Amino acid sequence: MLKYLLRKEFRQIKRNAFLPRLIFAFPLMVLLVFPWAASYEIKNLNISIVDNDQSSFSKALTQKIISSNYFRLTDYSVSYSAALKSIEAQKSDIILQIPANFEKNIINAQGAKVMLSANAVNGMKGGIAMTYLVSIINEFNASLIKDLMPLSKSTTNISTIQIDQQYRFNQNLNYRVFMVPALMVMILSLLCGFLPAVSIVFEKELGTIEQMNVSPVPKVLFILAKLIPFWVIGLIVINIGFVVAWAVYGLVPAGHFYTIYFFTIIYILTVSGLGLIISNFAQSLQQAMFIIFFFMLVFIMLSGLYTPIDSMPEWAKWVAAFNPLKYFMEVMRAVYLKGSDILQLWKQLLALIAFSIFFNIIAVISYRKSS
Amino acid sequence: MKQLLSFVRKEFYHILRDKTTILILLLMPIIQIILFGFALTTEVKDTRVAVLIPQSDEITTKLVERIHASSYFDVVNTIQSSYEIQKTFRDSQAKLVLVFENDFAAKLKHDGIAHIQLIADATDPNAATSFTFYVSNIISSYQQDMIGTMKNPYQITPEVKMLYNPQMIGAFNFVPGVLGMILILICAMMTSIAIVREKEKGTMEILLVSPMRPIYTILAKITPYFVLSCINFLTIIILSVFVLKVPIAGSFFTLVIISMLYIFVALALGLLISTLTESQVAAMLISGMALMIPVMLLSGMIFPIENMPLPLQIFSNVIPARWYISAVKLVMIQGLGFSAIIKEMLVLSFMAITLIAISLKKFKVRLE
Amino acid sequence: MENVITATNLTKQFGHFTAVDQISFEVERGEIFGFLGANGAGKTTAMRMLCGLSKPTSGIGTVAGFDIHTQTEKVKKNIGYMSQKFSLYDDLKVWENIELFGGIYGMNDQDIKIKTDKLMYELNFEKERNMLVASLPLGFKQKLAFSVAIFHQPQVVFLDEPTGGVDPVTRRMFWEMIYKAAENGITVFVTTHYMDEAEYCNRVSIMVDGRIEALDSPKNLKANYSAKNMDEVFQKLARKSQRIE
Repeated sequence: MLKYLLRKEFRQIKRNAFLPRLIFAFPLMVLLVFPWAASYEIKNLNISIVDNDQSSFSKALTQKIISSNYFRLTDYSVSYSAALKSIEAQKSDIILQIPANFEKNIINAQGAKVMLSANAVNGMKGGIAMTYLVSIINEFNASLIKDLMPLSKSTTNISTIQIDQQYRFNQNLNYRVFMVPALMVMILSLLCGFLPAVSIVFEKELGTIEQMNVSPVPKVLFILAKLIPFWVIGLIVINIGFVVAWAVYGLVPAGHFYTIYFFTIIYILTVSGLGLIISNFAQSLQQAMFIIFFFMLVFIMLSGLYTPIDSMPEWAKWVAAFNPLKYFMEVMRAVYLKGSDILQLWKQLLALIAFSIFFNIIAVISYRKSS
Repeated sequence: MKQLLSFVRKEFYHILRDKTTILILLLMPIIQIILFGFALTTEVKDTRVAVLIPQSDEITTKLVERIHASSYFDVVNTIQSSYEIQKTFRDSQAKLVLVFENDFAAKLKHDGIAHIQLIADATDPNAATSFTFYVSNIISSYQQDMIGTMKNPYQITPEVKMLYNPQMIGAFNFVPGVLGMILILICAMMTSIAIVREKEKGTMEILLVSPMRPIYTILAKITPYFVLSCINFLTIIILSVFVLKVPIAGSFFTLVIISMLYIFVALALGLLISTLTESQVAAMLISGMALMIPVMLLSGMIFPIENMPLPLQIFSNVIPARWYISAVKLVMIQGLGFSAIIKEMLVLSFMAITLIAISLKKFKVRLE
Repeated sequence: MENVITATNLTKQFGHFTAVDQISFEVERGEIFGFLGANGAGKTTAMRMLCGLSKPTSGIGTVAGFDIHTQTEKVKKNIGYMSQKFSLYDDLKVWENIELFGGIYGMNDQDIKIKTDKLMYELNFEKERNMLVASLPLGFKQKLAFSVAIFHQPQVVFLDEPTGGVDPVTRRMFWEMIYKAAENGITVFVTTHYMDEAEYCNRVSIMVDGRIEALDSPKNLKANYSAKNMDEVFQKLARKSQRIE
């Protein structure tokens, strides 16, 4: 019986004008565009320098800032209000004000102050701009001190703790590498969670589901026949993902492919079960699509795709604990970038299996052949 | 006019009957604001750290204590050898490993220099950079304390001021984004689905055959969603001001004007989409994919546009949300007036007119 | 003659609304049994209970010897069904629809193929065999839907308003197919609101407001109600109706 049902499903998908194109175009679009857009890297900071001293020190500082590669000099003037206009016009991110007598005060061993004003509408950007500028100023200060205190007190041994940084798994700190495995999760969730559910509700609206309900087809088989094509599609899509990740981003999983396949299968089971539950309760196609869309949105936001789960407040972490996407995302990133294997990911495995069993049982029970 | 009103009433009934969808539509902005406002941050806290100390001494102990005491970190484990480092990362036991040199305190005293290795799990590169930054700060502040306050007469002291958003609340950045997304969701997606549903069921023909002019049919369809958008707009503003403490620095009136303009653009978009397709599923998928995703990604809502490669930056100019979000930031957060958002208003007006013109034309074509 | 369908005080309530009110009847094997009534009288609801699509609120019934409360899956194995919307898959070809439903009802590939060929020949559908159902005219769809419903030789076939929206000539042809099926031993249970179709049935029941107000052969009904045709019979009965259509 399953054989005939499957034949029907595959034929219908093939004939659908929209679906096959969606299945292949969507992952490609996401994987090719998203990683370039979705970056939290802060680059190209623009600075306005207000130099009221115009001395060799102030000019040296300015030079150092420009040559640092963090900042681009938008304007160099003597007017704070001009600089502020730049910020308002979004042309500049931070203002450095060097007061008059800057050089004189330093040479006379009286210390000097400078003012840093950062546009904090984007708090993170403002903070980082501030941090970079402060560290450049400190470096400038350190070399000044060395020049100005040649012999005097420098015999006192100032001991230093030297910090060596090492970055593992993503040496180049490439944000795209971080995003690509996560995006594959998102694509799978949308395709395998959304589409089978829509397929069932669509038959409900058309009325053809009645013919199935009146036939001896057991509901489990009917559901299975709806799901299996999308499982297959899910596996195809993830392979597309592998190819794109390698071809476009040079990204190859550090771990084993079979680990990924293993988890993918469990995950697809989970997410399609969830979609099914929603479709069983929805009263119309539009409603079903909308509810699933809404759930997906929230799940994606709480999955660690954009922002780390670790940074969330306790209550949000609790909510995220019930989010299957979170676990699969952790798995994908861990296997792709760190080379973790199934045993090391036992927590996620358990969670996903539990979800999968739970969702699918409810999906089958809540599907009614008779009312 | 009376005809129009009775049609508008019918449209309202349609929508109100589907309580679940309405509930979600009204709930969505609230949930988004809560999530963005309180859950989605990149703050560093309680990051799990493992330490590898060949020989403990008073300096290493003090350093580890300081690190553990800070809210940023949680020292969870002491490992014995460098072989365990990789495993620690793979098991996700810690995101940062600190390796102290042998004879740390002694080396510091006699050689004047001792090394600490900061090994970070750079899976999330931004997080890794933050970790190293914060740990370095803790270590250098310890150093300062060790050295004692040696007044440096040649010190350049930076005085720091954060403009517009002194507490660096992340909310300032995303409230405009949430506004942009919710409004286009309701106006474009829901409107297009509603119109297409009418087409699918065949009742559209009945309406078109009625003595009411087509333009009124469309107006009637649009009105409920327009009302819903206004409700959501107010909800978001109220939540932002009172719950997230993001004040409206500029004029509320200006904000309303630009929002109305944006809503028109979004409604026109919905109209256009409805002329492109015959099936609800297609309408939803088009608005979902062609609208939501570009809006979320490329409008500047979450990810800054300046970071994107040039082609994407150019493409983002086509997205209405981008202009709206930029205008809202200027008015709401930076408190600027009309003159600052002239560019945005012109672009949005142009988009609105073009879209409406195209949709009306397509609509007329379908009738013939 | 054995009873292939029995119903005793079958009732269906939706909240306070009683759609089907204590109906009782029997249908013999090979009969063409018409289930008549105005729209909203409860015909479709009653039929759905017999098919296992809807659970009765009270009362008992059997179809093909199986209880419609507790043995719905066994009932379904032995019946065929054709609904108002024809319920074929528009985006599948003619032969693909046949193969699907044949397979669901337990036929094997070989039997399906042989019978399909036979059916295409009988219906004169050779040209349409490979066409998508969506592109068939209404009359063709109707005939195909019926043929699919009886493809697996069920004991009973349930037809819910099968001739809606079709011209009288096609309706006549459809009823010829029904006769043929009955001759082959398939019991036909058909609901309709076309009173002239009642004349084609062996026996007819007329539902008004959820109750069976009359049950007999068309000939007897016309005699009892002094009517020239079934339409008149129905008018006389329907006048009693309190449900406004």
